[in-house]
Amino acid sequence: MSQCQACHEREAVVRLTQIVGDDVTTVHLCSKCAAERGIETDAEVAQTPLGAFLAAMGKGSSPVAAASGAGEACADCGATLHDFRSSGRVGCAQCWVTFEQPLRDLLRRLHGATRHTGESYRPIDSSQLSPTELRQRDRAALREELRAAIEGEQFERAAELRDQLRVLDTS
Amino acid sequence: MTDPMQVPDGGMPWLDASGPHPHLVLSTRVRLARNVSGHPFSGRNTVEQRENVVAVVAEAARAVPALADATLYRLDSASLATRQWLNERQLISRDLAGLDAGGRVRSGAALLLGRSASAMINEEDHLRLQGLRSGFALEAAYAATDRVDHELGVRVSFAFHPEFGYLTACPTNVGTGLRASVLIHLPALVLTKEITKVLQGLAQVGLTYRGLFGEGSDVLGHLFQLSNQTTLGKSEPELLDHLGRMVRQVMEYEERARGVLRRDAAPALEDRVWRAWALLRNARLLSFDETVNLLSGVRLGVGLQILPDVPLYTLNRLLVLAQTAHVAQAAGVSLDDEAMPEHRAGFVRRMFEEVDRK
Repeated sequence: MSQCQACHEREAVVRLTQIVGDDVTTVHLCSKCAAERGIETDAEVAQTPLGAFLAAMGKGSSPVAAASGAGEACADCGATLHDFRSSGRVGCAQCWVTFEQPLRDLLRRLHGATRHTGESYRPIDSSQLSPTELRQRDRAALREELRAAIEGEQFERAAELRDQLRVLDTS
Repeated sequence: MTDPMQVPDGGMPWLDASGPHPHLVLSTRVRLARNVSGHPFSGRNTVEQRENVVAVVAEAARAVPALADATLYRLDSASLATRQWLNERQLISRDLAGLDAGGRVRSGAALLLGRSASAMINEEDHLRLQGLRSGFALEAAYAATDRVDHELGVRVSFAFHPEFGYLTACPTNVGTGLRASVLIHLPALVLTKEITKVLQGLAQVGLTYRGLFGEGSDVLGHLFQLSNQTTLGKSEPELLDHLGRMVRQVMEYEERARGVLRRDAAPALEDRVWRAWALLRNARLLSFDETVNLLSGVRLGVGLQILPDVPLYTLNRLLVLAQTAHVAQAAGVSLDDEAMPEHRAGFVRRMFEEVDRK
């Protein structure tokens, strides 16, 4: 974030959106100036959008989280739970396995769920797919886009997609 | 490398106001976050590993029909002006453009720009696939993005966990990796002070809002990007359907608020939009923020048929073309030129004069 718009000295950590008269105005404030205006901040721990959650994890509001990840490093990228808490970012796919339990607790609070129920995906070695299989998948995706274009009354786009389908069908 | 500033139509068909409900909704964006398996995420990878991601994706993309017309632009070798220009067109994020880190761009940062969809490479996640559409068009934007996802996903292996779904660097994106957002103009809800209630209501049903320029940006010109907050535990169609229903409701509220303004505050409303009209067409110095706020007034006035008709496309284009990197390009000056407000005001005036001549 930018400089505090009140003291012009410290780094702004709070974005205060106010509706004054007709306009939506936004002021960027540092934690001190925000406090002077009666706005509570937890700026020290909330440096990242996830800061508050992560701090809560560390404070032991989730005992499993504090216990299981302490000191353990991901075998693939070397990241620790501490690295995650300070950056708010997971290091690699393996980290999701290494820190599964603390992450599951976090997901429950972030999303109110821990299980993906959307499209499933099987990581594939593409060389295992035959050209015919690849073409079939491409065709199915193209048909779906064509359907959406027609429904959205984007007829120019639909015509382009129809032509692309024709090319695929004849190849 | 091809110069992205030479892209035909500049990657802006999403602004052409051809989609559904264009007077309220400017554009719809759907993005899917994906990571290439076997590679550490962006925060922990090396220059070589990021290069490898670009190579793997670029190679696969050549065989992907949905990206057949796409061009690869390296951002790590592009000038700040070019990167800012692409960000102003909403084609790349501030993060990928390196605008937040004092102009420093991440090595390996690249954009695969196609007509129907695009992919940001080496953003916070290895891949941010995105489809942008004009107007309120969640289905079409998703279909285009989903198609790239399917076609690319059989050629590049994505990081996927049986319980958590698509794995991302930030836990707020895990699962579907889907963020759908609708850029909507809500001046009457702001003027009638109903907006706070509406935004609070949206938060309660798991939706969030941002300003014109995405995460952390201010709300300017009464333009809100409404999007889903959570990405896990609901399927893609459920997430889209939920956002779609809520956006339709917000549109109804906005129309109702416009009706109230017309009925109860017609002189104040007319004064406001005519003043915006006069200032935009006559001001000699304009900041971008002021321009966007005046454009909001004109857009409202045109929508309510108080002002002479100005094509929505012109108003949409001005949102992009009045930004600093675009004004600088048009005027042939540098980004930090002191006369920017003067160049901007001149550019805006000429756009309106052009409309008058037609």
